[in-house]
Amino acid sequence: MCLAIPVRVIELLPDQMAKVSLDGVTKTISLALVDDVSVGDYVILHVGFALSKVDAQEAERTLAMIREFAGTSP
Amino acid sequence: MKYVDEYRDGELARGMARTLATIAHSDRDYRFMEFCGGHTHAISRYGLEDLLPPNVRMIHGPGCPVCVLPIGRIDAAIALARNPKVTLCTYADLMRVPASGGMSLIKAKAAGADIRMVYSTLDAIRIAEAEPAREVAFFAIGFETTTPPTALAIRLAAQKKLSNFSVFCNHVLTPAAMRAILAGEGEGVEIDGFVGPSHVSAVIGVHPYRFVAEQFGKPIVISGFEPLDVMQSIVMLVRQLNEGRCEVENQYGRAVAPDGNLKAQAEVADIFELRESFEWRGLGEVPSSALHLRDAYAAYDAERRFGVETPSAKDNPACECGAILRGAKRPHDCKLFGTVCTPETPMGSCMVSSEGACAAQWTYRRFETQRIAS
Ligand code: SF4
Repeated sequence: MCLAIPVRVIELLPDQMAKVSLDGVTKTISLALVDDVSVGDYVILHVGFALSKVDAQEAERTLAMIREFAGTSP
Repeated sequence: MKYVDEYRDGELARGMARTLATIAHSDRDYRFMEFCGGHTHAISRYGLEDLLPPNVRMIHGPGCPVCVLPIGRIDAAIALARNPKVTLCTYADLMRVPASGGMSLIKAKAAGADIRMVYSTLDAIRIAEAEPAREVAFFAIGFETTTPPTALAIRLAAQKKLSNFSVFCNHVLTPAAMRAILAGEGEGVEIDGFVGPSHVSAVIGVHPYRFVAEQFGKPIVISGFEPLDVMQSIVMLVRQLNEGRCEVENQYGRAVAPDGNLKAQAEVADIFELRESFEWRGLGEVPSSALHLRDAYAAYDAERRFGVETPSAKDNPACECGAILRGAKRPHDCKLFGTVCTPETPMGSCMVSSEGACAAQWTYRRFETQRIAS
């Protein structure tokens, strides 16, 4: 129940709903708790609701830091 | 899967483990509580404890809403579901939690109570719309992550003028539980820092944890749930301690803004207010640690609508869930673990939810546990 996962928005629907793709599986979720979501964005999905948008730049920054900690950064 | 697979790379995890082994000072211990059951699950599933130096230890925390819900609240939900007018909607995780007298929601359903599993609060709204003759009550549990979806359902019910929808509210608050754990430190629990739950912070932001650093002098890192996220957070905690720093840091910047989700916060604040006190399994009564509906939404409050009473009920005396949820014991300290109590025949809530410490231990590490026990 507590699980929350990143999913990709593939279609915006009326009533602040959206279709998302989760490894090829399609689901209809609510976007009522987040603003300015476009097709192609990733959102964190929890019990049928998007809780926040995934920030692509921050995601890259975290990975770069992980590589650095792992001693594998170029 | 994007934003998932890249944070599960085994090579990077081993690299980080090597870094950790070089930076962790061998003359001290590092005891970190992962507050959230989602982290407990990830740590067990990916065997992260095996990657940590022996003096870096993880302590499981109370962040599993199914686990911390006291038996009396489940008894109350079952009583509510037995009302012939009521359809009780619940998240699936609650179905098998042991209640008093060997009962559970699943057994009550088998005995004829109208109990339905839903994935989302919106499903409960749909049922209420489709079946106007039924009194649809939603069994709401969860931390700050799960509260906004409940708030939106209530808002929607009000907009649609649904008179047959209500919520049995059991939403609880993460910072209050952390404060209770820190206040009880010394009673078998010693903590040098926290791995904080990031999906909670996606809603409330990082500031509500400042007291952990400022009043209790412990570092806390808000952490994502993939294995590399957790490893990185542990490295960040070790660095803080080594450098004599004590701050709230955010490892999960990709989905947690420092202020959280203001829209979700506003929804929750409009509909809910603090309860004076709420009982937690393991922590007892914790002041200002839970929410209930404001008077303006009393019509949607199942507790008021049906006069729900919460009986005081005792856990199975042999079950160590309480001490495990406080971080004072581990699953293999329980006599029932893996013998009488398994996921098929759970004796306590920690064995039911996949985020529970006992279930995680059983699913991923039971053979090792048996070695320790023998
Ligand atoms: S093993 Fe079962 S009985 Fe023992 S503490 Fe865990 S849930 Fe409770």
